[in-house]
Amino acid sequence: MKFAVTASPHIRSGDNTRRIMLDVLIALIPTLIAGTVVFGLRALAVCAVSVVAAVAAEWLWRKITRQYGTVSDFSAAVTGLLLALTLPASVPYWAAAVGAVFAVVVVKGFFGGLGQNIFNPALGARALLMLVIPSAMTRFAAPGTALPLTGEVDIVSSATALHHMQIPALPEQSLLDMFLGNIGGCIGEVSALALLLGGAYLVARDVIKLRIPASYLATVALLTAIFCKDQDPLQWMLYSLLGGGVLLGAIFMASDYATSPATPGGQVLYGVGCGVLTVVFRYTGLYPEGVTYAILLMNAASWLLERFTPTRLFGAPQKKGGLRR
Amino acid sequence: MRSKFWGGVHPAGRKELSADTPPTPVSAPAQVAVPLQQHVGKPCDPLVSVGDKVKRGQKIGDGKGMCAPVHAPVSGTVIAVEPRPHPNGTLCPAVVIENDGKDTFESALKPHADTSSLSADELIECIREAGIVGMGGATFPTDIKASIGKVETLIANACECEPYITADDVLICTDADRAIRGLLILGQILNPRRTVIAIEDNKAKAIAILKEKLRSVPQVELAVLPTRYPQGAEKQLIQVITGRQVPSGGLPRDVGCAVFNIATCASVERAVVEGEPVLRRIVTVTGPGVKEPRNLLVPIGLTFGEAVEAAGGLTGDVWKVLSGGPMMGRAQGDLFASITKGVNAIVVLTQAENGEAEHPACIRCGKCVAVCPMGLQPLYLYRFSKAGDSGTLRYYNVMDCIECGCCAYTCPGKLPIVAAIREGKQLVREGK
Repeated sequence: MKFAVTASPHIRSGDNTRRIMLDVLIALIPTLIAGTVVFGLRALAVCAVSVVAAVAAEWLWRKITRQYGTVSDFSAAVTGLLLALTLPASVPYWAAAVGAVFAVVVVKGFFGGLGQNIFNPALGARALLMLVIPSAMTRFAAPGTALPLTGEVDIVSSATALHHMQIPALPEQSLLDMFLGNIGGCIGEVSALALLLGGAYLVARDVIKLRIPASYLATVALLTAIFCKDQDPLQWMLYSLLGGGVLLGAIFMASDYATSPATPGGQVLYGVGCGVLTVVFRYTGLYPEGVTYAILLMNAASWLLERFTPTRLFGAPQKKGGLRR
Repeated sequence: MRSKFWGGVHPAGRKELSADTPPTPVSAPAQVAVPLQQHVGKPCDPLVSVGDKVKRGQKIGDGKGMCAPVHAPVSGTVIAVEPRPHPNGTLCPAVVIENDGKDTFESALKPHADTSSLSADELIECIREAGIVGMGGATFPTDIKASIGKVETLIANACECEPYITADDVLICTDADRAIRGLLILGQILNPRRTVIAIEDNKAKAIAILKEKLRSVPQVELAVLPTRYPQGAEKQLIQVITGRQVPSGGLPRDVGCAVFNIATCASVERAVVEGEPVLRRIVTVTGPGVKEPRNLLVPIGLTFGEAVEAAGGLTGDVWKVLSGGPMMGRAQGDLFASITKGVNAIVVLTQAENGEAEHPACIRCGKCVAVCPMGLQPLYLYRFSKAGDSGTLRYYNVMDCIECGCCAYTCPGKLPIVAAIREGKQLVREGK
């Protein structure tokens, strides 16, 4: 009789990568529903195209490069869905598909696959689409517009809250509409309520820790309250938090494992950095929104933050972080 | 100064399988192979040769330096001194004795009805001659651990934080007086200001018994700790009881502590009061792959196979047989190894417990960092062990890893982190 001889520990927790990705998908359901309610079935169709393209690209890429299959870990599906949620519902289907393929193959696959990528795949693809089709990426249908399910969408762009704030002026939308999602914008960013529900689920399931989202949002809140461009700092702050993709970014993008620091201290600094850059880009940039580039830049800095925030070794004085080994 | 230790995990305890089974004595088989190394340190030299008659309790192996002698667990004739399977996976020189079934006892140790007249040196000598080692599995020679002069805090470790194992639990339930007396003897050597028995709160019966017994021993304090693995790891337990951290690379005595397993305390009593060296121990034979999980009182040298038979034999789709618990135990390829002083459990897992993945992959979730009780970053220890980069491994303090397995247990990517870290430590030791 021969028994398996491998190293300890011999039992493993029930947690696994697939379960984590599934939890992220579950957490995105409220947001997906909100997007569909606000923009109609076309929003759902954009998401479907993006997810299918991402999963197909993952399957093909692993096949061509002769690596074991990873479609079943659902990470490609998560990437596809997250990308779609950062797009306007009126975006051409081909753009969503191209973005999804770029995200999975170039931003993730080229770097070695899941866990090895430096940049958030969905945001990397969104950055590409902003370069390639800037007009389609920044035209947003008003909520409740009946978008045609097929063919080119020719819409009258409605001004989002962030457009108003760039003037600068307080948006015409009410804060309640902003919270519930009765506003124009990208599919996944309109309903703060749905995003917060998803975030609460992720925290309750211990998929993400609060450190990154909390430090990110707190930084944005603090900076917009201090550098307020209106008479009422509180209102300005709330519109800043509810407008644009800051909630989607803080809860679902910045908390991405692969592209954020693994040390607790690094995670807080990373969230603060995301918040600072978001506000700076919003205030000074050409586009009203800055979340995408803020997170992508912090992705690149995450190794540095980790190096400067080493964990405390048991039985030793706290080591100072630094670049030298 | 009670505090908490860092990190840790909550694996399913599964102690109910064997917790209510008082140790069943198992009689010695017709032949026993007693390994000459059952401790950390230098192996013993055999003191007997083929054909010699030995008595039960007679010393059959000893050596100089860091060494704990071994004794014949049965009386009979030495029929071989040859390498035999050891629970550590190697072939280790062993004295093979043919049992004459008479159990004639003879020991160089003297019984002492009253231990108070004995000096610390006499007690330490007695512990050494009895071959006592850390019975929790560490197998560090107890006499060396006890010869550190005076300590501030003496801790008896009854945490038994590993899942499945109930050997210490039933020892307390059936023989608490002996364990407490043994602890007091160790206290006589070490003169502590504080003596503590530490136990986790999942052992209600043992706690009740200890509370009752300790009423008449006011100098011993009972610390009931919330169950969390690895509470019973020496450094973590000291942190919990005293709030102090053993310095990196240091020893418990650097923070004025000495920690002994509760079963070690019982062995000390047996040696000093009754004059009996370590000839037997309690082993929990358990797991879903064992027909009748139970605690056994076995002679040292009994094979794993004989112990498993005494618990009804194997059942189901057996995947792994472990010497020790599922978090830190060692997997056995077969059942031929002899039970040594440090084997507190034989855990048999079935395929249903197999949580290993075909393609482990790190997703950088950072959960390993959160659960590491030593404050390490296991994901990097894994990466740089795999890369063979010993310089970076030193930067990440690889040598401070206690191999508790929390990181690999919790890893959603199912990385074999501990296996990689062991390779990494070896690289650093070799100075590559």
